[in-house]
Amino acid sequence: MSPKLASLLDRLIAPALALALAMAIGHVLILVAGASPPEVFGALLAGTWGNGYGIAQVLFKATPLVFTGLAVAIPYRAGLFNIGAEGQVVAGALAAGFVGSHLPTAAPALVAVTTCVIAAFMAGALWGALPGWLRGRFGAHEVITSIMLNFIAMALANWVVADFLAQPQTLHTAAIVDGARLTRLGSWLPAFRGSAVNTALFLVPVVVAGTAWLLNRTATGHQLRSVGLGARVAEASGVPVARVQTLAMALGGGMAGMVGVNFVQGYKGYFEDGFSGGVGFMGIAVAMLARAEPWLLIPAALLFATLSQGGLAINALVPKEIVDVLVAVVLVVAAAAGARSARREEGS
Amino acid sequence: MLAWPGGRSLGQAPGSAPRVGLVFDVGGRGDKSFNDAAFRGLMRVRDELHMPVEYIEPGEGADRESALRMLAAEGFSLVVGVGFIFTDDVNNVAVDYPHTAFACVDYALQTGPDGAVVPPPANVVALKFREEEGSYLVGALAGLSTKTHAVGFVGGMDIPLIRKFEAGYRAGVARTCPDCRMTAQYAGVTGAAFKDPGKGKELGLGQYGSGVDIIFHASGSTGLGVFEAARETGHLAIGVDSDQYDEAPGHILTSMVKGVDVSVYDVAKEVLDGHFSGGIRSLGLAEDGVAWVHDEHNAALLPTGAVAQVDALAEAIKRGEVTVPTTVEVPK
Repeated sequence: MSPKLASLLDRLIAPALALALAMAIGHVLILVAGASPPEVFGALLAGTWGNGYGIAQVLFKATPLVFTGLAVAIPYRAGLFNIGAEGQVVAGALAAGFVGSHLPTAAPALVAVTTCVIAAFMAGALWGALPGWLRGRFGAHEVITSIMLNFIAMALANWVVADFLAQPQTLHTAAIVDGARLTRLGSWLPAFRGSAVNTALFLVPVVVAGTAWLLNRTATGHQLRSVGLGARVAEASGVPVARVQTLAMALGGGMAGMVGVNFVQGYKGYFEDGFSGGVGFMGIAVAMLARAEPWLLIPAALLFATLSQGGLAINALVPKEIVDVLVAVVLVVAAAAGARSARREEGS
Repeated sequence: MLAWPGGRSLGQAPGSAPRVGLVFDVGGRGDKSFNDAAFRGLMRVRDELHMPVEYIEPGEGADRESALRMLAAEGFSLVVGVGFIFTDDVNNVAVDYPHTAFACVDYALQTGPDGAVVPPPANVVALKFREEEGSYLVGALAGLSTKTHAVGFVGGMDIPLIRKFEAGYRAGVARTCPDCRMTAQYAGVTGAAFKDPGKGKELGLGQYGSGVDIIFHASGSTGLGVFEAARETGHLAIGVDSDQYDEAPGHILTSMVKGVDVSVYDVAKEVLDGHFSGGIRSLGLAEDGVAWVHDEHNAALLPTGAVAQVDALAEAIKRGEVTVPTTVEVPK
């Protein structure tokens, strides 16, 4: 077998194995819960890929997961583990909500949308750059600093929203101007009506292609990957390691910030405190399952989005914890299989 | 947890009988407090009204609307959102399903640019409770019962809704014990603050350690940690939303009960009887929407004459002679 084919197979085996094992464990758990596995899995599929609304919701939920998957994957390629996507999501979404609600109401849609997207990206990038810089400048471990920055982002957002920006009796900011809002796909496709899936979905292939190009085809990407393979070797060959690490974390943070585009501009029309609900942490799972390969993030995000939306559909049949366990099983097996093949690559 | 029967088996086979669907907020059910009160109401709907029921507990915030929409699309006659956070979600879905009845517990009223209250859609009943009134009564009781002249409050997430509990409680304490010291703390800044018993225990131990001998909590399952602290240090705590005596027998002075269960049941009954009507319902002492618990369980814990005094204050509030504040003016 050619090494290329073997590595591709290896890459597919991990997710397939993860899924099969998750199904098997899910089967047992469903039986323990006193429900019928075929009925539950049937309802899971029917509620997701079985109707227009379900498909639309899966796409809606996959969109932020691709962004947070990128937020983890890009730094990962530079040898950094970004656990801070959750906080970067909050920073980006709050920026989109704040800027969007302070634009003049007459702002043309193109200007308003672009301004908000840039605000979301920049705020996430700033929040991500901080642990990157701390790593490069002082050697502070980015896992620790980015985790801590999650709490700081959430606490700051809560304070700013609760004390300054919130509308009375709510936990959300004022509505963004109409021009900054994205169109829901349901307004073109009747089958998607009711779902929050919106044109932010179209950003996904653009951003993924851009990241793949940056990583594989540019000098910056080459530097980034060389730091990932070994910071000392890269430094010895003249790569500005600290700057590259900061850049990788900033790019990742910016991607996480883009979740705000989907949620604030595409769905709610405002920033709501506590909306992110772990989507940043799920990004770690998505990136691990996709082995930090930009294009593989899309199927990985679709898988987790299906489980998330499907979890709602079967919620009435079995305790929701079962779906949480399924997600965790997929993640553990994917991580283990990933580590195994990474070791093999090192050995080869 | 696993042994709990799934929702679909809770009701009879879907037939012509109107069905009731209920959606909790993330991690809501099992708090032995607010959400479980709604769940009790749903169970009464199933058992006493014989209506098929189903409930969903979403895993993340964006799923609230999706869950409501699924129930409405499946043809449920009444769809209930449990918690103020559902306000916009219920509004959005209700507009798309004008023939479905919706209820939102703790619905947050919005005011338009002109300052006037924006009414909810016609098929939505907004269930609002005047928690400050019940909190005032348990505050008055705490003021009468404290031996150290220091009482405490543990809130969940720091939001206006919970500050309403604190405001009423403070006013009640000040009424019966003007020189009492008051310590008020909140468990956190996110929704997780309503389900963090560890944090609740930490706050509880801290307050009891500082001389406080009675703590009122309004913090969901976080309060279970406050009770644990009360049990360990031999102090008293006050429950919220449900009668929480059983969570720490002998240490629960009283509970500020919120009639979430009754309100859910009442709306379901109206749907069953065919005279549901939307609109805003403000439920306070006068409507039996809130109350304080005094029965044979906690009788031994109550100071002599306290029941009469607190009940007299309740009557005064009902008559409008006492106005209870809804916001905290004392700086924290």
